[in-house]
Amino acid sequence: MDANRCQGDGTRAASHAGAARRTVFAAGLIVLTAGCDRGVLNPVGPVGHAEKMILINSTAIMLAIIIPTMIATVAVAWWFRSGNKKARYRPDWEYSGSIELVVWSIPALTVLLLGGIAWIGSHDLDPAKPLPSKTAPLTVEVVSLDWKWLFIYPDQGIAVVNQLVVPAGTPVRFKLTSATVWNVFFVPQFGTMIYTMPRMTTELNLQADRQGVYDGLSAHYSGAGFSGMNFKVHAVPPQQFAAWAQGARGKGTALDGNAFAELMKPSSYVKPITYGAVAPRLFEAIVANRVPASPVPPQQPNQPVSGSGA
Amino acid sequence: MFGKLTWDAIPLHEPIAWITGLIVILVILAVLGWITIKGWWPYLWGEWITSTDHKRIGVMYIVLALVMLVRGFADAIMMRAQQSLAIGASQGYLPPEHYDQIFTAHGTIMIFFMAMPFVIGLMNFVVPLQLGVRDVAFPTMNNVSFWLTASGALLVNVSLVIGEFARTGWLAFPPLSEKAFSPGVGVDYYLVALQIAGVGTVLTGVNFVTTILKIRAPGMSYMRMPIFCWTALATNLLILAAFPVLTATLALLMLDRYLGFHFFTNTGGGNSMLYMNLIWVWGHPEVYILALPAFGIFSEVAATFSGKPLFGYRSMVFATLAICIISFCVWLHHFFTMGAGADVNAVFGIASMIIAVPTGVKIFNWLFTMYGGRVRFTVPMHYLIGFMITFAIGGMTGVLLAIPPVDFLVHNSLFLVAHFHNVIIGLVVFGVMAGYTYWFPKAFGFTLDERIGKAIFWCWFIGFYLAWMPEYALGFMGATRRLQHISDPSWTPYLTVALIGAVVILLGIVLTAVQLIYSIRTRDRRRDITGDPWDGRTLEWLTLSPPPHFNFAVLPDVHGEEAYWTRKLTAIREERLIEEPKYEDIEMPLNTPTGVICAFFASICGFAVIWHIWWLAILGLIGAFAIFVWYAWRDEHEHIIPAEEVARIEGERRRIRGELLKTLTMPA
Repeated sequence: MDANRCQGDGTRAASHAGAARRTVFAAGLIVLTAGCDRGVLNPVGPVGHAEKMILINSTAIMLAIIIPTMIATVAVAWWFRSGNKKARYRPDWEYSGSIELVVWSIPALTVLLLGGIAWIGSHDLDPAKPLPSKTAPLTVEVVSLDWKWLFIYPDQGIAVVNQLVVPAGTPVRFKLTSATVWNVFFVPQFGTMIYTMPRMTTELNLQADRQGVYDGLSAHYSGAGFSGMNFKVHAVPPQQFAAWAQGARGKGTALDGNAFAELMKPSSYVKPITYGAVAPRLFEAIVANRVPASPVPPQQPNQPVSGSGA
Repeated sequence: MFGKLTWDAIPLHEPIAWITGLIVILVILAVLGWITIKGWWPYLWGEWITSTDHKRIGVMYIVLALVMLVRGFADAIMMRAQQSLAIGASQGYLPPEHYDQIFTAHGTIMIFFMAMPFVIGLMNFVVPLQLGVRDVAFPTMNNVSFWLTASGALLVNVSLVIGEFARTGWLAFPPLSEKAFSPGVGVDYYLVALQIAGVGTVLTGVNFVTTILKIRAPGMSYMRMPIFCWTALATNLLILAAFPVLTATLALLMLDRYLGFHFFTNTGGGNSMLYMNLIWVWGHPEVYILALPAFGIFSEVAATFSGKPLFGYRSMVFATLAICIISFCVWLHHFFTMGAGADVNAVFGIASMIIAVPTGVKIFNWLFTMYGGRVRFTVPMHYLIGFMITFAIGGMTGVLLAIPPVDFLVHNSLFLVAHFHNVIIGLVVFGVMAGYTYWFPKAFGFTLDERIGKAIFWCWFIGFYLAWMPEYALGFMGATRRLQHISDPSWTPYLTVALIGAVVILLGIVLTAVQLIYSIRTRDRRRDITGDPWDGRTLEWLTLSPPPHFNFAVLPDVHGEEAYWTRKLTAIREERLIEEPKYEDIEMPLNTPTGVICAFFASICGFAVIWHIWWLAILGLIGAFAIFVWYAWRDEHEHIIPAEEVARIEGERRRIRGELLKTLTMPA
């Protein structure tokens, strides 16, 4: 199904390396045709699609200038080699107003064009901007820990470590923070990544249109266990999502102060853990750096979180 | 008594670390022993270590840079090997605690102790010669700058055998670099080493800005300065503006770590975003501190080996200054994904792209410099053409990263890592290697072997593409940077190709050593008798190779943009050298051990601060200060080179030039 796209990558690889040497070109081609089914060039949602489009368009615009420039560099150097009797030597030719005008104009006009793309793109794809959809968005609160991810579903009253389940075709509104150092929440095939920072909240809106299992990771080095901070994202049909959330609710352990204190302990390559209940306003408490150490009775909504503690 | 320092600080539990450390110590002891047996100490001390001669200091900077290149590259190839091995079930041969130190050390060493000393070394050697003067504005301070840089490099390398280095990445982002998450001495090594080296760098900035603004040969107005001097001026202005920010930022982090302040902590109202902003306010101009001198080198190379003046000189000057200024307005593009609003991201994105305009102009101007020329494919010219091709790709990926929605996809990925290696290798390394080859005969009086030089170029060129094109691809596949372990086995072929690329670059580095040894052994048949081996155009080629201590017997009168070229053409036309002037005594600064003693105490102070040995830190500080007091009360400032001696050296030069003149004809 991805044959076309992979072919496209090959062409791009060719233009990258084309100006280099034939060997490099061949190596690049072999390299770029393998394993390109899980990256940012194979998006499964509107954000990723739009960003990939901008990436490809901008690359094409610039290649239209840099490839001729590269060819001209080699051609001019070779034609004007000192041994070439046919080339005219002009030892004093050092200025031409019209050439200067052209060489300033070419990059300036390119940047004008790309600057427009950047301006419009930044506004259209602002991570905090809600995605247009008829379906109401799902809210997921994301907390990076040493070295794993906690996904809290406040409306469903459940939480999962190192596994993100989202309904396909539904916008997901992420609120993100960190209970440790900085990390970056990133699902390459969804698009936009964003920092998770302690005592601060970032916002991100993404959507998966295609069902499937996707890779997620931290894209900002955060210490020894960083390489083991991967998680899987399951984009499932909305009914299946509802069933999953319903099934998880009330089962297993509750994510209270004690359980969270346990989670705060460093560990990596952690297998998914599901919590059937979550201390109310846990995310806000994490952002405020006042997670209660004492157990908070679950299933009691609207109870304010104690101000004392950790 | 010894603060935190105990026998546990020696990493006996990490065989790779201590075996490497042992080998390095043995090699150093062997070198020192060799120098002692040969009885070279008085010569080294008197002529080099205490030298205030800008040429000697320049050479010492470049020696430091080459040694650190080897150290930084050893880190690089260890990382490539780890990433090729630690895939899927395997954890490779480096545990995270060690691997994380290696990538931090690699970045820190390559930027601060390889690239910086290399460009500063070249500026030191070349700028006074090109300006037609005898030294920099503050020769002793120049020596101090060098030794403080060396002191920083020493401390970073001491961390290999005593304690550990930071495991934070080369910019030591808090809160990870705060005491709560990095309790060891690694981050302290990082902070103290960079603080000491940073002082040296700021002093260099002061020195060169003063030199270029105030000390030039008669008649050399700003618009007659060689373009390399312009780029050196812009670079040193950037150093003056940016390095104090680095010093302040690292000082704030030190306050956090040493005195329990809360500038960047998670608690107590600290804000780590502030560090991110501050460090990049230094960090982005730093990119251009390295890039601009490389642009300058390539401009000189393009003109000389095309046998033509640089095309669009004024345009190039303007482009250089434009880059210098705009580089301060773009730092936010390093963290578009921090969640700033769309307006902020877009403004900084567009500002970043605007830098591509003057840079693009430079590429076109080098192209038109070759156009209508007589291009000689020497080693520096290989680097120029290799650079123009490679840098075009790096520039393109840079502009891609400046588009916020694209950055959202590839920020922090191997695509980004490939991008900055593309510009650092394709521009800075190619540039300094071109400069090294180009100015080597001026420094030592013989040329480097051309054939091995070309082989080195091809190793870097091919090695670069093999090592970094796969990383661009991996970035698109979602591979992030600084992974000690790779979960996805399908990346294996890419990582293997990248490792092969690193091995090809290794071959280039080995060949650099081979080239140096071979060229020294065959120096008698590669002597540069005339002082002008490349048919040069700027004033450094007017004097002998190597130049006498005073560079020029009389400061040259400058008429026109290409001071030496104009003079050469006049001599050819009139078939005689200019009138022999009346020689006068020349005053030159005395050599002084101030720099090396100051750096000795600074290293001790730094080491003591790292290990909390406070009495020793105070002793070191007093020592470093005392040497300056001693220096300030010196009685003799200069030594005199008598007019007869000047006349003798200059007479020899005129005789050689007279003979050279008979062989020259007007270019047509």
